[in-house]
Amino acid sequence: MSVSTIFYNTIVKRNSVFVTSIFAGAFAFGVGFDIGVTAFWDRWNRGKQWKDLRQKHVQEE
Amino acid sequence: MSNQDYYGGGQQQYYPPQGPPPGQGGYYPQQPPQSYQGGPPPQGYGQQPYGGQYQPQPPPQTVYVLPAGALKNVSTAVGARATTFRTVSRVRFASSSSTSSSAFQSFLSSRATLASATIAAVGSVAWYTHLYGTLPFLGEVHANSPEEEGLHSPHYPWSHSGLLDTFDHASIRRGYQVYREVCAACHSLDRIAWRNLVGVSHNVDEVRAMAEEVEYEDGPDDKGEMFQRPGKLFDYMPPPYPNEESARAGNAGALPPDLSLIVKARHGGPDYIFALLTGYTDPPAGFEIRDGMNYNPYFPGNAISMARVLFDGLVEYDDGTPATTSQMAKDVVTFLNWASEPEHDERKKAGLKAVILFSALTAISLYVKRFKWSYIKSRKIFYNPPVDKTH
Repeated sequence: MSVSTIFYNTIVKRNSVFVTSIFAGAFAFGVGFDIGVTAFWDRWNRGKQWKDLRQKHVQEE
Repeated sequence: MSNQDYYGGGQQQYYPPQGPPPGQGGYYPQQPPQSYQGGPPPQGYGQQPYGGQYQPQPPPQTVYVLPAGALKNVSTAVGARATTFRTVSRVRFASSSSTSSSAFQSFLSSRATLASATIAAVGSVAWYTHLYGTLPFLGEVHANSPEEEGLHSPHYPWSHSGLLDTFDHASIRRGYQVYREVCAACHSLDRIAWRNLVGVSHNVDEVRAMAEEVEYEDGPDDKGEMFQRPGKLFDYMPPPYPNEESARAGNAGALPPDLSLIVKARHGGPDYIFALLTGYTDPPAGFEIRDGMNYNPYFPGNAISMARVLFDGLVEYDDGTPATTSQMAKDVVTFLNWASEPEHDERKKAGLKAVILFSALTAISLYVKRFKWSYIKSRKIFYNPPVDKTH
């Protein structure tokens, strides 16, 4: 059974499953995309953001 | 099958007939009913072949010269769509049959020539404009000399200049210290509250302690009287003067501008402010300056009421950074840039996300368009010339 057939039978066939999987997929993509962009962002701006400085000022107190 | 068959197999014939056929009075031959043909309707004189575009009909005695199989080769590929109808109805006249200048003509009319000439023209104008600052061949007249308008500040490599660069928050923290110890003596920062510093340059306990050092008037209490209380996180930065008049009175008539949006409010932005803070010099010979004014080449008019305030070692940084004049200027300009654009870091991050998402969506939509149109662009269109059954 090919991938497309499995995909159709498990997700697309029932509309309730189809709509639910679209919403869940959108949510999961949003979270994953945000995590990915943030990881790149923090690596690009390493040492400049407040989250990088915060530990230093907490330890002083 | 070619048009020669349609026009009588190369024999010299007149078409349309010069007179009415025997037994009929009309000029045109009677059209047979179209449903009997089983194909495209026969073409009378003046009718257009399929395709809709108007093609001028040749005069009746023109002899058609078409390559053999011209009608079979058309419309076999998507790329040949533009040549389909042209090939069918093109007529080679004697005046256009010379081949000596065809290469030069095709070079002149090619799209590559047009594109490269356009790029060369636009590129040379853009290069000139970038190099000299003005468009070529367009003169400009200025009432003031560049000195009188203020020197154009150079561009400095800010740590937040790049499209993906955030502010250097350690620099913001040092810049707040410079503002608090130096600038705040004269300049207000009305639109920044203590809470805005939390999570940007200080943690909440530090900001709360700093706010409590300032007394704010609050009230009225239950007796209807105003009272003083220590500052809280939601209070805004205390102004050095209660109103504009007292600010002018304390500064020889000059009003120190509010610094909340000063980076957005000046041409050149952070570059200008850094150049102004570090650009104080003695006035050149011949430049008369009034008492109480100071010479600064970057300030429009060159005479500024604010004296030079940043000197080496003026403040002592917590993190041990040497407090040189340029270091303090850089830090306070970074702080003021943050004060003007507190959304700066999140804005650039959202921009990165938007560029990624929209470019992906654009690529998907282009693919879907090509996918949907592939059927239309790859179909074949055949033209079967009608057979004149009377010959």
